[in-house]
Amino acid sequence: MRTRLLSWLGFLLLIPIGGEVFAESLTLEIPNGNASAIPIVVVPFKFEGTTQPPDTDVADVIRGDLNRSGQFRSLAKGDIVEFPVRGEEIKYPTWRMLKQDYIVVGREVESAGGDVRVEFQLYTVGSQQQLLALAISGQRSDLRGVAHQVADLIYEKITGVRGAFWTRIAYVTSKGSGDGASFDLMVADSDGFNPQNVVHSRQPLMSPAWSPDGRKIAYVSFERGNSSIYIQEIATGSREVVSANKGINGAPAFSPDGTRLALALSNGINPDIYVMDLASRHSTQITKHFAIDTEPVWMPDGQSLVFTSDRSGKAQIYQAPAAGGDATRITFQGESNARASVSYDGKKIAVAQGNGNVYRIAVLDRATGDAKPVSVGNLDESPSFAPNASMILYAATEGPRGVLYAVSANGQVRQRLVLADGDVREPAWSPYRQRGQ
Amino acid sequence: MKLPIRILLTAAVASATLVACASKTKPAPPPEPVQHETTETTTAKTTGKYTVEDLDKDSCLRQRVVYFDFDQTNIKPQFQAAISCHAAYLRQFPGARVTLQGNADERGTREYNLGLGERRGNSVSSALGAAGASTAQLNVVSYGEERPVCKDHSEDCWQKNRRVEVVYTSKQ
Repeated sequence: MRTRLLSWLGFLLLIPIGGEVFAESLTLEIPNGNASAIPIVVVPFKFEGTTQPPDTDVADVIRGDLNRSGQFRSLAKGDIVEFPVRGEEIKYPTWRMLKQDYIVVGREVESAGGDVRVEFQLYTVGSQQQLLALAISGQRSDLRGVAHQVADLIYEKITGVRGAFWTRIAYVTSKGSGDGASFDLMVADSDGFNPQNVVHSRQPLMSPAWSPDGRKIAYVSFERGNSSIYIQEIATGSREVVSANKGINGAPAFSPDGTRLALALSNGINPDIYVMDLASRHSTQITKHFAIDTEPVWMPDGQSLVFTSDRSGKAQIYQAPAAGGDATRITFQGESNARASVSYDGKKIAVAQGNGNVYRIAVLDRATGDAKPVSVGNLDESPSFAPNASMILYAATEGPRGVLYAVSANGQVRQRLVLADGDVREPAWSPYRQRGQ
Repeated sequence: MKLPIRILLTAAVASATLVACASKTKPAPPPEPVQHETTETTTAKTTGKYTVEDLDKDSCLRQRVVYFDFDQTNIKPQFQAAISCHAAYLRQFPGARVTLQGNADERGTREYNLGLGERRGNSVSSALGAAGASTAQLNVVSYGEERPVCKDHSEDCWQKNRRVEVVYTSKQ
């Protein structure tokens, strides 16, 4: 296979300089065993340079990504017995004996200007075939970002599905209570590392939603005394209020083409679904019902919305044309279903499903109508699909605080992301990143 | 990356100050929600004899929190007396203004609970209106489950969070 040389320079300039902020701890749970996961060994990458080696262990980041997907089972670092750096140094019998299907080797090469070029190769152990031989360059301070891109390429080569490790997550944290409360809207890497503050407020912040280009976040803030919807550019911090009507201004969701915003407005009476044209700021009412209609999300074709409504008594998920029209109920299992997240292909809908006082994340298969639980907590909420639908982020409670979990879409692997002190909630997975973001 | 913290903080501090001022007029911890039965001391006065100071002194007007059952928005009988007192006060002082802050417990999704909190706020607003307060005096803000007074995951805690707080933004 021909070697492609990718030299992606400068795409990390927006990341603030400074030491990496590490998540406190990451714990991987593999509740059901994971027999179907693909065994892969990622040999530690060798630093080939004259200066101090970088702090980031690129191979560690790649292993973490692949494991978290639930589709791979990478050989633990401590079980790696040989350390080939290039393809020709691999002794295949060793890895066959260790029952590995794939092997990744690589090195970090210092290049001019302080950047680091990560070169790597992916081989099958059985047929000793080279599948990938690539290089990605990045700033030394963002080797984690480079490692996530390497993991994406490995994931895509083996599974045939684009990887989504080099993405970001937005979430809300709160500290204190009453008059001492404070709220932050944060953005971090998909594994919870590199958290950065986007908004700080003494009043509640809610419901972050990404624009399809990943450059903006819409959210609800109470800083004006009532709920209002803001749209903020992440890189510059510039923002504007797009909805501050009487009553509830909630649940923003960008349309797939980014030109419209679905939202819930109550006008002081009860929330209904609206669609706002972002250029003209003109809003069209989509639902008109005395029930609570909220949490609209777009189907990928932009033609319809799914939303939460308690018009049948308890909250359930409904679908309605984005231009307005009759709503059809689509969830029938569980006492209540709310806060839908739709997979990129529209085939799956993740929901927070309530039964008695227990709320868990369930994934509804649109083809079969069957909803399968993928979480095990008591107050799990706010599911958010990865852009490739391989994983779902959600919020859970642990004593008085909220924590985030990433679960593989098949429910087989769950990882807790402990991101910060205080209460963490409302994760929203970003779209795929593009160069320059 | 430039963050909008400065601007935000200014706004936040301003509103936090407002909240702090407002909350000083509130009685300290809200009374235990369950054991409220109407007693002689909480009988509504309807004769227009309130003074502004009564907001802090009168045992009925000091009741500023209405509690609700799970997923319910109807006002329970034990809170009718307090509603009548506040309505009487608002009738007597047409310049007085209240914000009815609707809240929900943590069960159910956050945006749904925003709707539920508003329903509760509207329920108290309607009751005050029916008892003679003018709609211009009444403002409803729903905080959903975002401002819990208690963070345990139990009914003891949840019942304290399912509430509407009556906050006087203008006393006369």
